[in-house]
Amino acid sequence: MAKLKNLEDYREEIEQCVKCGACRAHCPVFGAERREGRVARGKVALSKAVLDGEIGLEEKVLEDLSQCLLCGSCCAGCPNKVPTEEIVAAARRKIAEQRGLSSFGKGVAAILGRPKLMNTLAKTGGRFSALLFRKLPENSGLRLRFPAPYLESGRTLPPLTARPFRERCPERIEGKEGMPTVAFFTGCGINYMYPEIGEAFLRALKFLGVTVIIPKDQACCGLPAVSAGAGTVVEQLAEQNLAALTHEPVDYVLTACASCNAGIGKIYADLGGDYQQLAAKTRDIFVFLVEMGLPERLAELPKKGGVRTRVTYHDPCHLRTRGITKEPRAILKSLPQVEFVEMEDAATCCGLGGTYSVYHYENSKRIGAKKAGHIEESGAELVATDCPGCIMQLQDSINHAGGSQRAVHILELLNEALPKE
Amino acid sequence: MLEQRIIRNLQQTLGKEHVSTDKADLICYSYDATQQQFLPDVVIYPATAEEVALVMKLANAENIPVFPRGAGSGFTGGSLPTRGGIVLSTERMNRILEIDSENLVATVEPGVVTEQFQKAVEKLGLFYPPDPASLKFSTLGGNVAECAGGPRCVKYGVTKDFIIGLEVVTPTGDIITTGGPTMKGVVGYDLTKLICGSEGTLGIITRIVIKLLPLPEAKKTMLVLFDSIDGAARAVSTIIGHKIIPTTLEFMDGRTLDCVRQATDLEVPEGARAVLIIEVDGDREFLAKQVQKIQQLIQPLGVVETRTAETPEESEALWQIRRSVSASLRKVNPDKFNEDICVPRSKVPEMIRKVDAIAEKYQIPIVNFGHAGDGNIHVNVMIDKKVPGELERAHKAIEEVFRGALELGGTMSGEHGVGIAKAPYIPLEISEKAADYMKTIKKALDPNNILNPGKIFLD
Repeated sequence: MAKLKNLEDYREEIEQCVKCGACRAHCPVFGAERREGRVARGKVALSKAVLDGEIGLEEKVLEDLSQCLLCGSCCAGCPNKVPTEEIVAAARRKIAEQRGLSSFGKGVAAILGRPKLMNTLAKTGGRFSALLFRKLPENSGLRLRFPAPYLESGRTLPPLTARPFRERCPERIEGKEGMPTVAFFTGCGINYMYPEIGEAFLRALKFLGVTVIIPKDQACCGLPAVSAGAGTVVEQLAEQNLAALTHEPVDYVLTACASCNAGIGKIYADLGGDYQQLAAKTRDIFVFLVEMGLPERLAELPKKGGVRTRVTYHDPCHLRTRGITKEPRAILKSLPQVEFVEMEDAATCCGLGGTYSVYHYENSKRIGAKKAGHIEESGAELVATDCPGCIMQLQDSINHAGGSQRAVHILELLNEALPKE
Repeated sequence: MLEQRIIRNLQQTLGKEHVSTDKADLICYSYDATQQQFLPDVVIYPATAEEVALVMKLANAENIPVFPRGAGSGFTGGSLPTRGGIVLSTERMNRILEIDSENLVATVEPGVVTEQFQKAVEKLGLFYPPDPASLKFSTLGGNVAECAGGPRCVKYGVTKDFIIGLEVVTPTGDIITTGGPTMKGVVGYDLTKLICGSEGTLGIITRIVIKLLPLPEAKKTMLVLFDSIDGAARAVSTIIGHKIIPTTLEFMDGRTLDCVRQATDLEVPEGARAVLIIEVDGDREFLAKQVQKIQQLIQPLGVVETRTAETPEESEALWQIRRSVSASLRKVNPDKFNEDICVPRSKVPEMIRKVDAIAEKYQIPIVNFGHAGDGNIHVNVMIDKKVPGELERAHKAIEEVFRGALELGGTMSGEHGVGIAKAPYIPLEISEKAADYMKTIKKALDPNNILNPGKIFLD
């Protein structure tokens, strides 16, 4: 099994931090809580102090290191490109090795490490979700679509689906001759919460005539385990996904979730060897659709009249920090029913950060509230993005702000624009 | 280590959660961009001038040094707790209190981040020009304390030119105000100007009154590549000699361009040995004319190529060359001393030649770029601290650079201040009598020498 790097392996990167403070402009956590321990520079300094034996893994160090969304914004804005999110993830693995996983981390590891259990739990949740997430009438005025008390925190969540996406579709959908063959890495969000995004994905590829394989035995990409410091689970999941995604030859592995894209596209690349090859084949769906000339195809479709919906775009961190910002916008702008508007700070994190929002929901909400404000100011009715996690957080933030906007995946909007079969 | 009763006293004054003696926090407030580290005994986060005043009274009674700190992004160690004691962070004092569009005046707390303030006033059609390179994260309090500069200073002036009033906690714990929201005011000594640039040694700034300008309607950016630094420097003096003051006149020397070429895919033609980024702002119609005139004036001075931006995106693409410098320098050597000498603008080429000779003499790469319009050169001495002897050679080279700047009628710091980094060199620039005059002021205001001691002057 390939091994992730240890904190000790990051010494050189840690020493590249010149303490200029540029990360203070980019770190969403620091924006919510202005303390040096909360910003990348502070976490890098603490990691160095831990490595040098100047400080032990004491409570305050653990707290500061837990206060990171792993969004990578700091690295993108850093003159020396110090990979703080990797350093923090490695520090969390060190903490987990020495002090054991947190109770929540244990839960994450137990579920992710056993995909069958995850499936069963999710389906059970799905069956009960009508009870758990009592849906209010649309005209209730509360506009909280899913007013479920989440760990008594007031988080609003979409219901889990009773029938996961991968159980609904065949394992192979044949396309046209001469077109590429792709594997669809669905990720957990689409599989268990937003199957409609998966269906929209298949329709878009069918429109182009691409052959799609949806391996049944794929697992979580492992990003939540990275966040929790569960290194062994990440390595296990990578091994399982490598097997699932390579037993049939494919040209590309496509994702419609920014986090999965970073999971198998970046974390696996760091594991080297076959994992790196798999990572090199990984494409975000909109990068692929632009390469396939979809915007031009859409332009050829007969124009429908009617009012266009004002839509803005939220950049998921895991795409933005990998340089993918133009393609999702290109697709959105090419949709005939969409009037695209840019919002302020489209490129800042929504505040979810995977497990971050569970540990630090109050900060997560504060970060999300800023985003909700920018969405409101843009005048958009919909905020589209390319990550189920962001959709969940954006909708929660809008709900808390009392806004009327809806968070959607671009694929859902694309689905509306494609000709009916 | 401070006694527990002192920590308890601080906790009673500020609230427990705003006082930390946690080792993790002490580490996090032990550094700035000089990369030197000094652990304080305690970090405090006051929220009001009254709290700051109580802290200063306590510090005076107990003889504890206090080190005020904004974002900790300084290059000269101005906020480093070199003697332990209290780091006083202004991070909680971060409100914009008022923007008065009628009188073009704003009042802010010191912890407000410079760019956030700029964005807030620009939304109202107003303008705060000072733009230090750190503006996205440095605080206005820090900018005032250090009298920060930036590219736009050639036309508009530095931070102190926009500060018309302050609320300051004195080293002995009194709260005073200086100046005020009027454009004129000549009653008494100008304490506002004295505090601006005093590097946190004479008082702690708790409120700032800022003069604003109307936001210029538009700006235009030009990137001009020259075949020599002399051509670029003559272009600067020609433009200014024709009574045109651009908003910015940024330059990069040949060595800087070599770094950019190696580290990025930005297109820089081989024949180019210097670059000027010229930006002009004002009324739209007037700008087109001005750009045309500048082009005519500088064309005979060895121009290799001119690129002009019409849109904000194009302008950003031109600035990209300047922004790529910092990262590209790391390819030269891992460690950097970023000095910020300033010479009369006509002397820039002479200074660059001096620096080149010093680089040759000590066999250390030195890369120059900066604000040609005001003669402010960022001399970047690139070394690898791990190589034996390099650090010593770098220090010698830096001293020669300072001496060179002073010989040309310049100064050893245009915008970074003295802090601890340049304190040993103060006698090169300031006469003993002038230094005594300054020290007398410090002694009168801070008899126990507890406010940011050991900065600017070696004790």
